[in-house]
Amino acid sequence: MSKMHVTTTINGEPTEFLCDPDRSLLDVLRNTLGLTGTKEGCGTGDCGACSVTVDGRLVCACLMLAVEAGGCEIGTIEGMAQGGELHPLQQKFLEMAALQCGICTPGVLVAAKALLEKNPDPTETEVRFGLAGNLCRCTGYDKIVRAVLDTAAEMREAVQ
Amino acid sequence: MNVISDKLHVENNKWIGTRTIRPDGADKVTGRACYAADNVMPGMIWGKVLRSPHAHARIRSIDTSKAEALPGVKAVVTARDIVDFPLDKSVMLGIQDMRWMCRNVMAREKALFHGHPVAAVAAINEEVAAEACRLIEVDYEVLPHVIEIEDAIRPDAPILHDFLTFEDKPSNIAGRMEAKLGDVEAGFAQADVIVERTFRTRPVHQGYIEPQACTVSYAADGRATIWSSSQGQFMVRAMTSLLTGVPQSNIKAIPAEIGGGFGAKTIIYLEPVALLLSKKSGRPVKMVMTRDEVMRATGPTSGSLSTVRIGARRDGTIVAAQGTFYLQAGCLPGSPLRGPVGCSFAPYEIPNVLSVGYDVVSNRSKVAAYRAPGAPLGAYATESVLDELAGKLGIDPLELRLKNSAKPGSKAAYGATFGKVTFEETIEAIRTHEHYRAPLDKTPRPGVKRGRGVASGFWYNAGGESSAQVNITEDGNVLVTTGHPDVGGSRASIANVTAELLGIEHGRVSVQIGDTSSIGFSNLTGGSRVTFASAMVVTQSTEKVITQLRERAARIWKIDPEAVTWENGEARPAGPNAGQFPPLTLTELAAKANEMGGPIGAGVQLNTTGADPGFATHVVDVEVDVDLGIIRVLRYTAAQDVGRALHPSYVEGQIQGGVVQGIGWALSEEYLYDRQGRLDNASFLDYRMPVCSDVPMIEPVMLEIPNPKHPQGVRGVGEAPIVPPLAAIANAVHDALGIRFTSLPMSPPKVVEALEGA
Repeated sequence: MSKMHVTTTINGEPTEFLCDPDRSLLDVLRNTLGLTGTKEGCGTGDCGACSVTVDGRLVCACLMLAVEAGGCEIGTIEGMAQGGELHPLQQKFLEMAALQCGICTPGVLVAAKALLEKNPDPTETEVRFGLAGNLCRCTGYDKIVRAVLDTAAEMREAVQ
Repeated sequence: MNVISDKLHVENNKWIGTRTIRPDGADKVTGRACYAADNVMPGMIWGKVLRSPHAHARIRSIDTSKAEALPGVKAVVTARDIVDFPLDKSVMLGIQDMRWMCRNVMAREKALFHGHPVAAVAAINEEVAAEACRLIEVDYEVLPHVIEIEDAIRPDAPILHDFLTFEDKPSNIAGRMEAKLGDVEAGFAQADVIVERTFRTRPVHQGYIEPQACTVSYAADGRATIWSSSQGQFMVRAMTSLLTGVPQSNIKAIPAEIGGGFGAKTIIYLEPVALLLSKKSGRPVKMVMTRDEVMRATGPTSGSLSTVRIGARRDGTIVAAQGTFYLQAGCLPGSPLRGPVGCSFAPYEIPNVLSVGYDVVSNRSKVAAYRAPGAPLGAYATESVLDELAGKLGIDPLELRLKNSAKPGSKAAYGATFGKVTFEETIEAIRTHEHYRAPLDKTPRPGVKRGRGVASGFWYNAGGESSAQVNITEDGNVLVTTGHPDVGGSRASIANVTAELLGIEHGRVSVQIGDTSSIGFSNLTGGSRVTFASAMVVTQSTEKVITQLRERAARIWKIDPEAVTWENGEARPAGPNAGQFPPLTLTELAAKANEMGGPIGAGVQLNTTGADPGFATHVVDVEVDVDLGIIRVLRYTAAQDVGRALHPSYVEGQIQGGVVQGIGWALSEEYLYDRQGRLDNASFLDYRMPVCSDVPMIEPVMLEIPNPKHPQGVRGVGEAPIVPPLAAIANAVHDALGIRFTSLPMSPPKVVEALEGA
């Protein structure tokens, strides 16, 4: 199998890589590009630990072939903080202890950011369904939902 | 970063009891934290496990020659490479018997479950390793298999192990445990009302999101370094040493950040295999399990078949209780019998108790610890029977528990005589809670029924070995090292304690987890022991540091160390008689440390004691869709004596997380096997853990009744929260439907069937 050359943008940085056509985007992010913030919990699109955005759309990186990323804008957890400044969601997760072991946290944060970009004023139910693709086994989700709702409120206030 | 202060739960403390930012937080929200699978080594190759395609088969021979000849393959390992622990002699490491562990890590005489490792390969990449696994030829003699408890204990059942006998016959019953108090038959003779029921629960998986993974480098000098995520780097070192024959002193186990464990990572699967592959290949070897492998071949906890019988007088006084608990061990002995046998009746003062557990092997993966191992399935039976008993007696279920609750001096059947008992407080907390008193519309709309249930729970908690080192940096800050992997935020609690004792700003304290070569022996992160034990050794270490700081100040001032006090982060003369000196801060003393006696720091290694048990009482409201059989949890309140919440957020988190795991156990999670004895739902799609939209907010009620045996009053927290939910939810469903479910999970098909039969 000959490798394919892929040109893409990851967290705003032009990025090129070579990969076999059967490699998942997750595999390339983690094992080729060293972006290990995106986690593998299942490899079957059921846990959301590998959540990334592709052209603004939330996807499981384990379900997408890396070659499909050609010409796309990929967003990962490593691009969430800007210039050393945490994203409000990241800051709120720390303040409200919305993580325990932290393995699901990158995926939850990426998914929550995508959710708030679509819906800046979600209800609790909307947050719960918005994050239903992200398994967390430690927290019981309580503090995660609260942190997302609080962040949304703060971000709305900041806009006004 | 901000530090959020919340002094609701404590007084006169600046840091203990506040919601500070966890020391490992920034790394974890930015993706920088290094978990086991994130590690890479120069020259690293990949290991892969070949697993048994049969549930039960004798291994006649293994031919690895074709695999070894495949280009890119660097090493192959089979059971011959693992240290053999003969079956006739037990070698224990903690609660783990190496006879079973060596056979669990790699099948020896027989493959005992579908997915049992039979060989492993290391190759230049994962694809070549997988291809090599396919080239290994294993000659199996397929044997009849057995999966369920009822089948495994039948006289004509296929026997897994010839060496196991029960009542002098070959048997799949590997052991029996008993707890006894008084005379149970005489007790039942005094009862006016007796309720007896039989209950079934399925094995459920711990469900951590991070699959097991490790990287092992075995160097030419015979020294090995292991990076892996576990609940104890010292366990990794010791068990790997035993299974490979490499001395402990030649192994350094480095704890990666751990992505959840819940008990399952108190044993190892990959590390010894990776070490041997590394030794044979001369290359660092990385191994990462797939989710399918995690589900098929690690954990879960035991399924159970339990009969509980409780008798009471008409006034509600319980006079006798009997429990018989059959637990699935998986393919090798080791069910958590201590959970149901000891915990089921422990919250109550019952004069006559007989509690018996049986350890039953069958062709499933060997069970591993899961949060309060075995206690939830015991409490499910006991607390369901108590609910029924309360109904028959016409007594409020909380009143019944209150009337019979254990008190100081009560003797539990498992042997303990309780000192301080805080069970009544948890019942009162729920009984007086707005949730318990709120009206519940039991038929809010057609096709929907609602109900409310309560249940209580008990967990032993644990102390044990812990080590800490507290060092003052040259610039006057503090570095704390402990030996416990931090799964749920224990570093945050340790930072609070250290900053409090030294009287300094929280941000000046760093906390890290040491590897096996940099900190003294520390037992597992488990048993709800870490915050209890590590706060104890960190407190003693910090007190030693404070003594050193006072001595340094005394030397500078040329006065007696006894005449120096430490307050608010600085040394001061104890009183006017001590002399007039301006205070010396931690920073000033650190700067003068080397000219005044050398570096400042102290460590403590201790076998901690005084971890008194934990009690919890929960109330839950559920809603049942009577057409679809779907049960939803509407509201959940969990009261627990937490001793003292060093960091309230992470204490709440333990309660909330434990409850939601209990909700999954009650409603949706179960191991399902096909007729060939293969696990049928080895994925997160088919093994259904609660997702965010399945559950409501979980309200924790933290009762802070200080544990008098701990410097900060800490009581273990992590396990008790998963004990009551199974029964609390089943009792709520009974309240809604009038149907008592004696089998978990209460999944939609089962609920529909029960409703149709009702």
